[in-house]
Amino acid sequence: MAGIQARFKLDWPGFSLDVDLDLPARGVTALFGHSGSGKTTLLRCIAGLERAPLGRLTVNGETWQDDEPKGKRGGHWLPTHKRPLGYVFQEASLFPHLTVLGNLRYGLQRTSGAARVSLEQAIELLGIGLLLDRKPDQLSGGERQRAAIARALALSPSLLLMDEPLAALDLKRKQEILPYLERLHAELDMPVLYVSHSPDEVARLADHIVVLDGGRAVAAGPLKDTLARLDLPIHLGEDAGVVLDAVVAEHDLQWHLARVTFPGGSLWVRDSGHALGQAVRVRILARDVSIALQRITHTSIQNCLSAVIDEIADDHHPALALVRLKVGHLPVLARLTRRSAVGLGLSPGLPVWVQIKAVALVG
Amino acid sequence: MLLNDSDLQAIWLTARLAGIVTLILLLVGTPIAWWLARTKTWWKGPVGAVVALPLVLPPSVLGFYLLLAMGPNGPVGQLTTAMGIGLFPFTFWGLVIASVFYSLPFMVQPLQTAFEAIGDRPLEVAATLRASPLDTFFTVAVPLALPGFLTAGILTFAHTVGEFGVVLMIGGNIPGVTRVVSVQIYDHVEAMEYMATHRLSAVMLVFSFLVLLALYAWRPKPRKGA
Repeated sequence: MAGIQARFKLDWPGFSLDVDLDLPARGVTALFGHSGSGKTTLLRCIAGLERAPLGRLTVNGETWQDDEPKGKRGGHWLPTHKRPLGYVFQEASLFPHLTVLGNLRYGLQRTSGAARVSLEQAIELLGIGLLLDRKPDQLSGGERQRAAIARALALSPSLLLMDEPLAALDLKRKQEILPYLERLHAELDMPVLYVSHSPDEVARLADHIVVLDGGRAVAAGPLKDTLARLDLPIHLGEDAGVVLDAVVAEHDLQWHLARVTFPGGSLWVRDSGHALGQAVRVRILARDVSIALQRITHTSIQNCLSAVIDEIADDHHPALALVRLKVGHLPVLARLTRRSAVGLGLSPGLPVWVQIKAVALVG
Repeated sequence: MLLNDSDLQAIWLTARLAGIVTLILLLVGTPIAWWLARTKTWWKGPVGAVVALPLVLPPSVLGFYLLLAMGPNGPVGQLTTAMGIGLFPFTFWGLVIASVFYSLPFMVQPLQTAFEAIGDRPLEVAATLRASPLDTFFTVAVPLALPGFLTAGILTFAHTVGEFGVVLMIGGNIPGVTRVVSVQIYDHVEAMEYMATHRLSAVMLVFSFLVLLALYAWRPKPRKGA
């Protein structure tokens, strides 16, 4: 049986985890939530760094844990070092007594079986070829984290676990590493569980998402469907918005813009040097979308699309409403004041125009 | 020659005793220190206290109990007699055993501190890199605790050199067998040989200073957390 079936229940003073998840065995699955939501604990349970009293975990048909609650002692437990996984910790965790190459080799020497990722490939993917002879204390924070990711990759794990690998880095370092993570996603067929509290990272990297709150999974599913759910943005707050897949169709060299198309329309975005025909991911935040009953022409806003209202829901503040629209078949969210929504007489099925103030290319 | 033959014999005996005790304690103290650093059971407190006892107990008290245990009527003494080894008191190996107890905290405590300073993270990292717990101990914990091993080894050696009370209780004063430097100095004073006392004391003073100098000056720089 493919995929990851994870059932964990544990009670600590002031915190409990109770999840029953069926996660895909391919692509990047984001475990998303605020701090204290249990996402790191869930990841540690999957890695075997914590043992939940009640736990059942199957990865691609292989049982890693099978513990019943009280009563029966001694279930099935595969210790961490026997699980074919890779783990990237939040803070870089290179062994200080070894060089970068020594760190990379440490795990490699202890793995058997066919390597799907070679050491050279891992070094090349993370761009650390020039750092191999250095000790960790001679590296910058970003370089250390890249080396730690390469070290995990070099194990050719059947599951890669990443615990907020960018959280300890400043914005500049994050921007330095994100492209490497995107390459990883594009070039390796390795299932990844990625813990994050950053909607931006999730929008860029994830294919699937599990939203955790208070130790419970409140939503789980493909990223694009899940982000378009109206009950979820409560958890995303200001970052509510959708992600679309698009293709670069045109460059406007004079104004440094690029046109990206998706089924149902096209958008002008800042030209970030993507080639014609290249697939890109576009993120549209609900707060950047406004609704008009007629097409407005004299406006600074470049992107105006025809849409149909799908559903209207309350938002996290009583003054606000969240509207889901369909542009073609694709959902877009708009955040309005409830007064505007009522004033314009918005209701499901009504054809409208959406104006999109900002569109971000996220990879 | 500054030192006479019996002085040199005492120095050689002391060095041999301290060397052997340090080696034994490396083997015995390391697992105890590792266990104390990693365990979460309530046993940690009592075991830690027993290990630290020689720090506060008068050496004569420790020597007295060891003498009772290893003597002809003590449990250890009866066992060793039954095994045909004979009795340990007033032998070199009796001195070794007593010194192992006496110097135990000087090995265990710096090692425990060094192991605790490593924290959980490097050990977890090693587990995710397929290293078994034993493998992790030798390839991660020991290299990271190396400064602690150096400190513990030097302290244990030096502390064994400096012991007096336990030696008198267990070893007595047998030239070439149990007469170590500290006892030799005591003998010189008893015999009012003050020049000889001066020479040997000066040797001990210089030795002690050099040991401490090595400890403070050559201690490896703490590694930056990585």
